[in-house]
Amino acid sequence: MIDWSGYVGLMLQGALVTIELTLMGSALALFMAFVAGLGRLSRFFAVRALATAYIEFFRGTSIFVQLFWAYFVLPFLGIELTPLQAGVLALGLNVGAYGAEVVRGAVQSIGKEQYEACVALNLGRWQGMRHVILPQAFLLMLPTFGNNAIELLKATSIVSLISLADLTFQAQVVRAQTGNTLVPFSTILIGYFALALVISWGVRSLERRLARGIDGVRV
Amino acid sequence: MAEPIVRIDSISKSFGAFKVLDGLSMQVMPGEKLALIGPSGSGKTTILRILMTLERIDGGHIEVEGEQLYHMERGGKLVPADERHLARMRQKIGMVFQLFNLFPHKCVLDNVTLAPMLTKGVPKAQAQKRAMELLDMVGMADKARAMPAQLSGGQKQRVAIARALALSPRIMLFDEVTSALDPELVEEVLNVMRRLADETDMTMLLVTHEMGFAHDFADRVLFFDRGRIVEEGRPEEIFRNPKQERTQSFLKKIIAAGHRV
Repeated sequence: MIDWSGYVGLMLQGALVTIELTLMGSALALFMAFVAGLGRLSRFFAVRALATAYIEFFRGTSIFVQLFWAYFVLPFLGIELTPLQAGVLALGLNVGAYGAEVVRGAVQSIGKEQYEACVALNLGRWQGMRHVILPQAFLLMLPTFGNNAIELLKATSIVSLISLADLTFQAQVVRAQTGNTLVPFSTILIGYFALALVISWGVRSLERRLARGIDGVRV
Repeated sequence: MAEPIVRIDSISKSFGAFKVLDGLSMQVMPGEKLALIGPSGSGKTTILRILMTLERIDGGHIEVEGEQLYHMERGGKLVPADERHLARMRQKIGMVFQLFNLFPHKCVLDNVTLAPMLTKGVPKAQAQKRAMELLDMVGMADKARAMPAQLSGGQKQRVAIARALALSPRIMLFDEVTSALDPELVEEVLNVMRRLADETDMTMLLVTHEMGFAHDFADRVLFFDRGRIVEEGRPEEIFRNPKQERTQSFLKKIIAAGHRV
C-alpha cells in the first residue's frame, strides 16, 4: 500500500506553480493583447507593421519551440532566464498574439455612431478610445479572453519540459516514485479541470457585473 | 448687418463616383434657425456632417465665426487644418444624431458630464450641477441615474440634446432627430427644441422631414435637391407658395405620405 500523504504536498506545490504561471502569463498576455491589438489599429504604418509581425509570428510558431527558444537559445544571446521567467514569457507572448486579434475585432465591432459621438463631443482619439470605445469593447472581449486564459492554463503544462515543477511535472515525479500511473494523472486531470472552472466562473461573473444595465434587461 | 456665423463657399463632396455636393455656397446668420429639407440623398445631412467634421470636403472653404474650419493660416498661406485646429473649431459646434448615439455603458448623468470634464477640464461637481440643469430643462432630471437602455427613444434623444448643450456650442446641428422615434414620442423632442429656440440665441441647423415643425421653427427654409439649393425663403413662402416645380412636387409627395404642413 502506498502512503499518499507525503505526495499531497508535492502536488499542491505543483498546483501553486501552475496557478502562478497562469496568472503571470495571463497578465503578460493581456498586456500584449492590448498593445498589439491597438497597435494594429494605429494610424502609423510602422506601428501597424510591428504589431502584425508580432501577431503572425507568435501565432504561426509552436509554443513548444517558443518556450525552448526562451529557455535554451536566449542564453546564447546573453539573456539568462529562470524556468519561470521563460515560461511566463513564452506563454504570455503566445497567448497575447491571439488576444490581440480579439482586442482588434472587438474595437472594430463598436458601431461607427459611437466614434461619431466622440468627434461631435470633441473627445480626442485616445479619450474616446479610453472612455467610450474600450469599455464597451472589453465586454465583447471577455468571453474569448476567458477561452484564452483556459488555453493558457492548459499550456502551462509544457513548462515541465524545462524542469519547472508545475502540476504536470509533480505528477510525473509522483508516478516515478510510486510506480502508480492512475492516481497522479487522474489527480492532475481533475486539478486542471477545477482550475479551468474557476477561470470560467470568474470571467462569467465579471462579464455579468460589467454588463449590468447596458442591455436594459439585467438592471 | 452682422457677419454670418457660418459661411460655406463653393464646397464639393463626393462619395466614390457619387457627387453629393457640387459647388455649394450658403450662409447662416448668428442666432438663425435654419431648416434643411429635401429628398434623401440631396446632401442636406452631408452638410451637417461636414460642419461637425465627420466628413472632409473635397474642395471649397468653410468659415465658422470668421475662422476657417478645414484650413489654417501658416506663413500667410492656407493649409489643411491639423487635429488641434479641428478640435478648437469643434468647440463652437454641437450635433444631435438621428439614432441618439448615447454611450450605452454610462448612465444619463455621466453621458452629459463626460465631455465637459474631459475636453474642458470642468471639475466633476460643477459638471454635474450644470448637467442636472440641462437635464431639468429637457425634462430628464429624474432619470439622471438611469442607463440609456432603460429609456424610450424620445427620452434618449432629449438626453442627447442635453449632452450636446453641455459643451455650450454656438451652433447646434440636428440631424433628423425625430426620424427614428415612434410617432407619439416625436412631440416631446420637438417641444424641447422649441424651448431651446425660444430661450437661447444659439444658431440652429435642422435637417428634418417634419414639415410642420420646420414651418413653425425655422426663420429660413432651404430646399435641397441633388446637392444644390433649389429654393430658399421664409417658411410660409416655401410651404404655402413654392416657386420651383421641384419643390412643389416634393412637398406634394411629403403631404401625401402623411406628414402635416
